Amino acid sequence: MKRIVYREWSVAPHRYWALLGILAAVAGVGGLAALYMEHEGHWVTGMTNQVMWGVPHVFAVFLIVAASGALNVASIGSVFGKIIYKPLGRLSGLVAAALLVGGLLVLVLDLGRPERLIVAMTTYNFRSIFAWNIFLYTGFLAVVLAYLWTMMEHKGNPYTKHAGFFAMVWRLTLTTGTGSIFGFLVARQAYDTAVLAPMFIAMSFSYGLAIFMLVLMFTFDQDGRPIGQAVLYRLKNLLAIFIGGVLFFVLVYFITKLYMAKNTGLALFYLLDGGIYTAVFWVGWILAGSLVPLGIIFHPVRGKDPRWIAAACGLVILGGLASMYVIIIGGEAFPMQLFPDQTILASGFFDGVGGAPAHYAPSLWEVLLGLGGVAVAMLITAVGLRVLQFLPESLDDQTVDPDALAKA
Amino acid sequence: MKETSERIDQQRRAFIATAAGGAAATVVPGVLLYTVAGAEPRSEPVTSAVRWGMLIDTAKCADGCSACVTACDEENGLNLQQKPEGESEEKWERQKSVWIRKVRVRDNLSGHISNLPLMCQHCEHPPCVDVCPTGASFKRADGIVLVDRHTCIGCRYCMLACPYKARSFIHERVESKLSRVPRGKGCVESCTLCVQRRDDGEASTACADACAREGHKAIVFGDIKDSESPLSRRLASMATRQIREDLALNTGVRYSNV
Repeated sequence: MKRIVYREWSVAPHRYWALLGILAAVAGVGGLAALYMEHEGHWVTGMTNQVMWGVPHVFAVFLIVAASGALNVASIGSVFGKIIYKPLGRLSGLVAAALLVGGLLVLVLDLGRPERLIVAMTTYNFRSIFAWNIFLYTGFLAVVLAYLWTMMEHKGNPYTKHAGFFAMVWRLTLTTGTGSIFGFLVARQAYDTAVLAPMFIAMSFSYGLAIFMLVLMFTFDQDGRPIGQAVLYRLKNLLAIFIGGVLFFVLVYFITKLYMAKNTGLALFYLLDGGIYTAVFWVGWILAGSLVPLGIIFHPVRGKDPRWIAAACGLVILGGLASMYVIIIGGEAFPMQLFPDQTILASGFFDGVGGAPAHYAPSLWEVLLGLGGVAVAMLITAVGLRVLQFLPESLDDQTVDPDALAKA
Repeated sequence: MKETSERIDQQRRAFIATAAGGAAATVVPGVLLYTVAGAEPRSEPVTSAVRWGMLIDTAKCADGCSACVTACDEENGLNLQQKPEGESEEKWERQKSVWIRKVRVRDNLSGHISNLPLMCQHCEHPPCVDVCPTGASFKRADGIVLVDRHTCIGCRYCMLACPYKARSFIHERVESKLSRVPRGKGCVESCTLCVQRRDDGEASTACADACAREGHKAIVFGDIKDSESPLSRRLASMATRQIREDLALNTGVRYSNV
């Protein structure tokens, strides 16, 4: 492998400032939406006492999970020693940190009392998986920054492997913790299963890589840096494996749920008669978010076209948001099994009368807040790329993997 | 020169005297109040010598009666909640705080119909307390599960974790409330077993009183640890169950004939 030279992102100033302007505007609108919800109270959202976590959580959990997965590329390079991934390590760290900040912002701004964040940072109940996650998230940022330093500073290079290993263990723990936020809830049938933890890890690999690939392809395209087939094909094949991994865990989830009589209703709700949730599951998550991208990646012609590969990444991201919608909101909407083998005829608190799911219609404010978080993540990435040397000058085949080229 | 310094001295004395008077006027009522408060039974720490609980005899719970719900609303200021301007009635019903609700269920096999009130079950092992990141959700020594509104950050994880869907989030700005039942936008709350009555040494809860007034006597409130209490005697004499007893939460509220 040739010596890798890193350079700041050199996209033309007017394009760069236009991009920053758009991202800042979206982030600003998201901030205003949060301010409005905070000022008025959550009644302006679609959230209720039945569905208490809405679209902001869909975005927040998606971004946090994707953050963990975006760091995967760096791990493969420095922990598993795959040389071809090494030039991608810096960008991988930056995208991971940026996504986490975006996700955390959304999560915090959706609190009923966001101004009490200081309470959350100073008063802990260590039985709560949520409290552990506060440490896992803030610690993740510190670990990634240290890891980036070892990659970017000559003096730190000898420690890269150790930092990378530590960061990998940390992020796997983080995603396990995020999955367990739901997995530990005995109250609701859709949650209450340990399989959610590894499922979230698989999701993080898939969604994080898809975002990473899009950022890589976009930034390289904008200032004319080459990406060779060796890198691109390897990344897209890796994405296919991760999509398959998520599908495997989805299958395990539903087989276990279907097998137990008490959970059959839940499985059928998702798979057959859950209305919007069934539609989002099959069309958004499984078809558009998994099978179509797999079809593109393995297509003999389209699978080699960068534009189609980018489309596959975009679909995986949309499918990821769909998966969060189905898991988080669908899991809340499905009526709780308060009285097994009995039918609720009437209730003063919407307890699933006649098995009806809880109603939820997201408000514009929630969507704007979620998109604001995405914009903040992209903004951090864009600024980072411009001021520091995250991007390798070239990822063409001669630079990254001359051996592979010789074999080809 | 001398005259000037004397004048200044006098001003200083006057200032100190006024300041001392002002400080005394500010502090004394507080000290007095503190002394008065110290004399009240409320200052005694709650002990685990008691565990408050309830028995709900669903055979006595009348179809169509909602006296317990109305009484709870009045006792805890829930009737003071106001629908925000511009909000639809339907959405408000889903967003306003509810501490106790009536539920009507039919057994799928036998067709037997039960009516019952459902509220916080005051578990011995409450999932809401386990999941709360700040410890705002807590259980008192006497078994009552509460939310500390000073440390609740409004994350709503407890609502997601409660197997009884017993908790409500305050979605709107609070215009009026009772001083005995604090309430604030962005915090979570639920049945407190009328904790203000416990602390004042009263015998029962608003819902149990209302049910008795209606002549149903479907709700019996009392101390589970006192084997001589009417509640304990009833619990010992009839078969009861916990809702979702598979979760082994050892609820403080028990039901019969469900």
